[in-house]
Amino acid sequence: MPETGVFSRLRQGLQKTRNALTGGIPAAAWRGNSEDLLVELEDRLLLADVGIDTTTRIIDDLKSRLRKKRNADPRGADALLQESLAEIMAACNKPLLTRGAKPFTMLVVGINGAGKTTTIGKIAHRLIGQDQTVMLAAGDTFRAAAVEQLQSWGEKIKAPVVAQKSGADSAAVVFDAYQSAKARDIDVLIADTAGRLHTQQNLMDELLKIKRAMQKFDPEAPHEILLVIEAGTGQNALKQALGFHEALNLTGLCVTKLDGTAKGGTVIAIADRLEIPIRYIGVGEGIDDLRVFDAYRYAEALLHG
Amino acid sequence: MFENLTGRLTGTVKKLRGQARLTEENIQDSLREVRMALLEADVALPVVRGFVDNVKDKALGKEVLQSLSPGQSFIKVVHDELIHLMGDANEELTLAAQPPVVILVAGLQGSGKTTSVAKLSRWLSEQRKKSVAVTSCDVYRPAAIDQLKTLAGQVGAEFIPSESSENPVDIARRAVDHVRKQFRDVLLIDTAGRMHVDEDMMREISALYDAVQPTETLFVVDSMSGQDAAVSAQAFNDALPLTGVVLTKTDGDARGGAALSVREITGKPIKFLGTGEKVSALEPFYPERIASRILGMGDVVSLVEKVEQEVDQAQAQKLARKIKKGKGFDMVDLKQQLEQMMNMGGLTSLIDKIPGTAGMVPQNAKAMADEQMLPRMIAIISSMTPHERRFPDIIKNTRKRRIAAGSGTQVQDVNRLLKQHMQMKKMMKKVSRKGGLQRMMQSMQGKVPPPH
Repeated sequence: MPETGVFSRLRQGLQKTRNALTGGIPAAAWRGNSEDLLVELEDRLLLADVGIDTTTRIIDDLKSRLRKKRNADPRGADALLQESLAEIMAACNKPLLTRGAKPFTMLVVGINGAGKTTTIGKIAHRLIGQDQTVMLAAGDTFRAAAVEQLQSWGEKIKAPVVAQKSGADSAAVVFDAYQSAKARDIDVLIADTAGRLHTQQNLMDELLKIKRAMQKFDPEAPHEILLVIEAGTGQNALKQALGFHEALNLTGLCVTKLDGTAKGGTVIAIADRLEIPIRYIGVGEGIDDLRVFDAYRYAEALLHG
Repeated sequence: MFENLTGRLTGTVKKLRGQARLTEENIQDSLREVRMALLEADVALPVVRGFVDNVKDKALGKEVLQSLSPGQSFIKVVHDELIHLMGDANEELTLAAQPPVVILVAGLQGSGKTTSVAKLSRWLSEQRKKSVAVTSCDVYRPAAIDQLKTLAGQVGAEFIPSESSENPVDIARRAVDHVRKQFRDVLLIDTAGRMHVDEDMMREISALYDAVQPTETLFVVDSMSGQDAAVSAQAFNDALPLTGVVLTKTDGDARGGAALSVREITGKPIKFLGTGEKVSALEPFYPERIASRILGMGDVVSLVEKVEQEVDQAQAQKLARKIKKGKGFDMVDLKQQLEQMMNMGGLTSLIDKIPGTAGMVPQNAKAMADEQMLPRMIAIISSMTPHERRFPDIIKNTRKRRIAAGSGTQVQDVNRLLKQHMQMKKMMKKVSRKGGLQRMMQSMQGKVPPPH
């Protein structure tokens, strides 16, 4: 995939022009070290859902960077800010590698409407493009027509889907799928789950049951537990990440719906608190609209569009 | 995990102690805390700014209410303003139009439109006895139509089938014709989730609107939405004449500040709350509940309000005058106090609401405050003659027996009441005027004997 193409799509996705985080701040303002600029940036970070705690940290960090800056350093405050943001997210820069185990098993979790099923379709499509065989497990047996939704993705990307009827035990579905994936020598098994709020203890326990079902075959499974978070989510995104992480020990995050005006600044707040790798970002409804996360580019797209 | 506004304000409102009025200087810190709390609750920044300015205007120079501390007065201003911003009352769906009443449901992807359509149709058929039909114009998301079909089956609404190969406008037109012929009362039209920046899709929803001319156009918004809720609400409101908002996923631990942003930006009332995954989990929206939730300070506020509403100011002043003049606190006064406490929801609920005691009062202490005790005490006083009430010292054995018989209690109960009255009389002398009632109630709690 040509990197330049990806790059422009990422930018496009992160915000369809108009309102980059730094939009409308005159170039001259970045040269100075004015209190006004810092106040303005603070507001803009808050508007991007970065949250108060992380915003305060970023602004303090920027202040100290500006203080330390040598006179010879030609960079303005914007470059320093970008550096600061990228540094916070740098720990999350770990792309997902699926070649380690066979089948490599992946459990996809998140709250209702975050975009789990769509993300699964896109990830599977991407892996198939890399010559891996993928099987999908329809673990969302709760929501009406969720199974059908995954099946129609399966048809589109030509991946087998293991499903039972709606209302079935999702751990049993995943258990079946694992056996089937093993028998058919599949490379990657991706299990969908029903959307749930991290505050619903019984539903979080159900996820643990699915996890245990996978571990009957492979104690390392699931190799990836991916939390899907919507970019438009506000301060609750951090609570979601903390809640799911506490229950399941997440190994990855995926941020979806970055194609609207939401800036997904909440990612920075999460990166600031938890060092969970961010695997992918979803930048549109198309099957190819999935990007590997890159902290530096994310920071750049956030700031400059 | 997070500090709520009450927690945030406690530090700053301490400085307000002893101030006669709220001034620009003394409320500055508190205002900053309000701003932070609202931002933490995901209220959009422009809305927060306007709100803080309003609170400042209203709070400045405000006389501090007799029964409230300055800090409480400030919180009350915040709370009142918040409710005002949320819309002062619940607004219902308009169903008075000529049937079929068409309701168009729109929103971003994953906000909960389809589930809300199912919940609304259940609510309409159960609570409003309407015959309801639903149809889906979501021809994009795989299996979206199946999802509505299944849900319609669960809630017993007629499902008007559609195909993903059809044009959404044609589906909607056909559905309207269908319900007209079938004499259905209400038609709910589910639409595809769309990004407000997607111009083609926004044109499509405008076309849908023009084709069916809905009575209600509801915007569905996720209560976990962040700052962008304001932007998307604005865009939807510009594209469609919205008539109301449905706030979903309120059963999580999100503060739901998006409600405030959407309400303020669109000016449209929030009509329903989605409170869970079940099709029955839908509640009409009451501004007060969500206002308290955003600030995380329900109990303090309700105490403030109850004290304000229920305490008869005139009576309180009369009592204060009486005590000042050194005249005794008699049984008539005690009865009035007891009745006021009854009006405020009884002892246990009062103890729960006193600021700073929440969670601190041990369970057994609460149990001691027997709910039956207040009515029993009132009954005893009612069985006294006016003369006995005025001069309780004259109540001796025979009178006690008569009073006990008359009120259906034991002589011991009468004794206990007389003793309490004595103690309160002593206490009354100590009560300072400001905040007096509250302090009295707190002391009362210690004086209440265990039930037998």
